[in-house]
Amino acid sequence: MKSRHKKLLAIGLAVAGLAIVAALVLNAFQSNLVFFFSPSQVAAGEAPSGRAFRIGGLVEAGSLRREADGLTVHFVVTDTAKTIPVTYKGILPDLFKEGKGTVAEGTLGADGVFTATQVLAKHDENYMPPEAAHALEQAQKAQKTVVPQ
Amino acid sequence: MSINWYKYSAPATFYGLAGRLVPWFGGAAASLTVIGLYLSFFVAPTDFQQGEAYRVIFIHVPAAWMSMFIYLVMAAWAAVGLAFNTRLSFMMARALAPTGAMFTFVALWTGAFWGKPMWGAWWVWDARLTSELILLFLYVGIMALWAAIDDPRRGDKAGALLALIGAINVPIIYFSVKWWNTLHQGSSIKPSGTSMDEVMLAGMVVMAIAAWFYTIAVVFVRVRRIILERERHTEWVKHVLEGA
Repeated sequence: MKSRHKKLLAIGLAVAGLAIVAALVLNAFQSNLVFFFSPSQVAAGEAPSGRAFRIGGLVEAGSLRREADGLTVHFVVTDTAKTIPVTYKGILPDLFKEGKGTVAEGTLGADGVFTATQVLAKHDENYMPPEAAHALEQAQKAQKTVVPQ
Repeated sequence: MSINWYKYSAPATFYGLAGRLVPWFGGAAASLTVIGLYLSFFVAPTDFQQGEAYRVIFIHVPAAWMSMFIYLVMAAWAAVGLAFNTRLSFMMARALAPTGAMFTFVALWTGAFWGKPMWGAWWVWDARLTSELILLFLYVGIMALWAAIDDPRRGDKAGALLALIGAINVPIIYFSVKWWNTLHQGSSIKPSGTSMDEVMLAGMVVMAIAAWFYTIAVVFVRVRRIILERERHTEWVKHVLEGA
């Protein structure tokens, strides 16, 4: 290969690399910088209508219900201000629990029920042994029983 | 006491210094890795939510830290090289890139293995994961650019420029979990304190320091090769090679 061919190849590679980077950045900016919408954002009409999007929030305690087929589940996603009922047919991730974070992808029906095609668990940045978590829970319970008089 | 630092900016003197330091950093990296892995897998407790699977963080987090930190160091050397036209700076930048790319790949790879059981997906296009993938492309792109240009001095400058432009991505990666809704969790270590058990934190920090020492040792070995290759026409290299 002649040196100017190599030069051309180098420039081509650099341009291609930059193009890929720019395309990915733009792609991320357009649709994925907001990875999910909270129930309040959906209620305010900020979520895109007519196409699939993701909602994120906490699985409301006591809302998880399984149908007889064992695969279809119903639960409610909340951000403590607004709620969205969700139905999903499939296997839930291990970390999916009531009171914990989740991100569901799907479409919002006219009846206000979100039909999910994928449900992901969103865990937090807290890491501790189970005993510590238990102690923390006990302390919070104790505080709750003491404070409201 | 004063050390003549400028002396070490000459490739010939730095070659000797780096050679003397490699065994020390390599030894420290090896022993810290053993201690760190022991802490991570035998001492650190099971996590209350994720069980044993959380132990991926002992590899994942140090690798992710290093992927960003090495990029910043590489970009800094590139900037020094562009500003002062010092040969050794560009050689350091070239020596750092492969290790940075390796750590980026490890961070992405272990993250995928963690994501499948914990989140339920190998990969999602959220801001944290996407910007880290862009970092890998930047490393590979810079190395390809260096490899494609025959004239080393010109290649140095082209690659350094790309490295500098790409540095904007590093703060985006770091703050992505704060700025946007992401599936990736936030930082456990914040200015306000850590949200992590102390023993878990210790394991992670020891592994991170081991990764530092490993990087220094490997980069010194690599930069010595680059120095020999670049300076092969000089008297001192002929001297070194005859002695060996």
